[in-house]
Amino acid sequence: MADIEKDSHHIIRYPKLVMVWVFLLLLTGLTVWVSRLDLGVLHVWGSLAIAVMKAFLVIAFFMHMRYEGRLLRGLLLLTLVTLAIFIGFTFFDLSYR
Amino acid sequence: MNSSNHPTLPLTSFWNDTGKCGVSAWVFSTDHKRIGLLYLYSVLISFLVAVLIGLLLKIELMAPGRTIMGPVTYNALFTVHGVLMIFLFIIPGFPGVFGNLVMPIQIGASDVAFPRLNLLSWWLYITGALTIVLSLFTGGGPPDTGWTFYVPFSVRTGTNVSLAVIGVFIVGFSSILTGINFVTTIHRLRADGMAWGRLPLFVWSIYATAWIQILATPVLGITLLLVVAERLLGTGLFDPSRGGDPIMFQHLFWIYSHPAVYIMILPGMGIVSEIFPVFARKPIFGYKMIAFSSLAIAGAGSLVWAHHMFTSGISDMAVLVFSFLTFVVAIPSAIKVFNWVSTLYKGSISLEAPMLFALSFIMLFSIGGLTGLVQGAAATNIHIHDTQFVVGHFHYVIFGGAGFAFFSAMHYWLPKFFGRTYSEKPAMISWGLMFAGFNLTYFPMIILGMKGMPRRYYDYLPEFAPLNLISTIGSWILAAGLAIMMINLFMGLLKGRPFGSNPWGGATLEWTTPSPPPTENFDEEPVVTHGPYDFNRAGVP
Repeated sequence: MADIEKDSHHIIRYPKLVMVWVFLLLLTGLTVWVSRLDLGVLHVWGSLAIAVMKAFLVIAFFMHMRYEGRLLRGLLLLTLVTLAIFIGFTFFDLSYR
Repeated sequence: MNSSNHPTLPLTSFWNDTGKCGVSAWVFSTDHKRIGLLYLYSVLISFLVAVLIGLLLKIELMAPGRTIMGPVTYNALFTVHGVLMIFLFIIPGFPGVFGNLVMPIQIGASDVAFPRLNLLSWWLYITGALTIVLSLFTGGGPPDTGWTFYVPFSVRTGTNVSLAVIGVFIVGFSSILTGINFVTTIHRLRADGMAWGRLPLFVWSIYATAWIQILATPVLGITLLLVVAERLLGTGLFDPSRGGDPIMFQHLFWIYSHPAVYIMILPGMGIVSEIFPVFARKPIFGYKMIAFSSLAIAGAGSLVWAHHMFTSGISDMAVLVFSFLTFVVAIPSAIKVFNWVSTLYKGSISLEAPMLFALSFIMLFSIGGLTGLVQGAAATNIHIHDTQFVVGHFHYVIFGGAGFAFFSAMHYWLPKFFGRTYSEKPAMISWGLMFAGFNLTYFPMIILGMKGMPRRYYDYLPEFAPLNLISTIGSWILAAGLAIMMINLFMGLLKGRPFGSNPWGGATLEWTTPSPPPTENFDEEPVVTHGPYDFNRAGVP
């Protein structure tokens, strides 16, 4: 219980939060820019990579996961891996059809 | 349902909890035991209505041609039967009822981690259930798609599919919140000395189940919303002529709905793992492997969903991979069966009602599991796909497995929470009728399916008549047993002889508290010094 108390009171300073926000804005701009390029097959992968970076920033800083213990990080990883498997198994069927 | 004061029970029991009174003492209570009983009454109502519908379906199939209803009514009734049984009885049943009643006490906690969230889960369940009931009497009437809501039919039909799937969506939220609550409870609220290696196997099964609830249920929620979007906005997501893909719906639906089968069966496996050692007077054989196999079933069982789609047009490579993975799931299931049988070997077996239902579980679940492998093999699947074989298999797993485990748990644990117990003889008679009736009802379906009778048809060829008649007669015997069981159980729980704190001789923590338990479960915080099946160190003979 003590760990939960300590973690829930972690305060991120405003400058750091603003910095993350600026990064997110830059990445959004990058998404728009990439959408106007013709990258062929890499188009989807490029957009997905940017989306993953944005999600990472939100989860790590805005959702405080960077400051949580190993248990919660492990549980989050489990859910992300599960989601990746769900999506991966669904789409591999499509590519062999 | 009782009001807050129960004159015949000890003042310290949770039935005599003071504060609120009347109905509000129940529907606004955050006590996990009261919420568990609320779930019990709610899911049993859904179950009994669905049983009545099932009996009507069997009467219709008693003879070829129209017997008591036409095809449109038949389609609506088998859909409602499936939705009630699956989404309102068996999925919420185990976590909602026995997860709530027993799990916190078994780990030595005074309640779940988030008691208010727990109450919200029940309210969401009721809201979703009422929405589903409303969908039957409004709009275009009861949905007629089957419980799977397959597109394109679910998008085109004029029946009230939209409201029904919104109801299921709301019930799904209840399930997710329960899962989050239970995972947190098991991680954070274990008593001193309750190491992971000392967790009762029912708790392990509830833990594995809770993870499936958290990870898979959101996919169902999204899928059902897409059906609503398709119906109301015509988005074309599943329409090939507009770039959509109907098989995508089946992928999304089964990503949830296959693991959901393990939400239904895993707690049942946990329950019989509690009952066998107690009624065989032997420590469980292979504790670690049973605990591990629960997690393995939850994990591997989440990767097999496309075996429902072998004839839907998925790629040959996908058929190969998903068929292989389906066979992999059989391994942890077989580990459990092996360990249960080994627990019984040379045990001092006492054949009382909970044990009889638990023993039936092994046989009926094994038939259900092995017929599942017939469908998991790509070649035989083609022959029996969408036949009565599937209906028979599914009922062997879910009714014969999960259902009988639920009845076993009702006989084993409910007296603990009511402080009174049922009569043994009617309980054994009801078990005998149910076991015989069950096999008479569902085994003919397996044969009918192999002979080619399709599922979801109200009519059939004359050559299928004898087996259908046997199946219908079996359903009456099954229903008679069920009626005797329910009457005997609830008469006993309300007016039966007193039930001591540990009459079964269990070594888990729920048997160290009085019957019924006090509001916060234990008079003193328990300290765990032995394993859950270490009868000697627990001091029970």
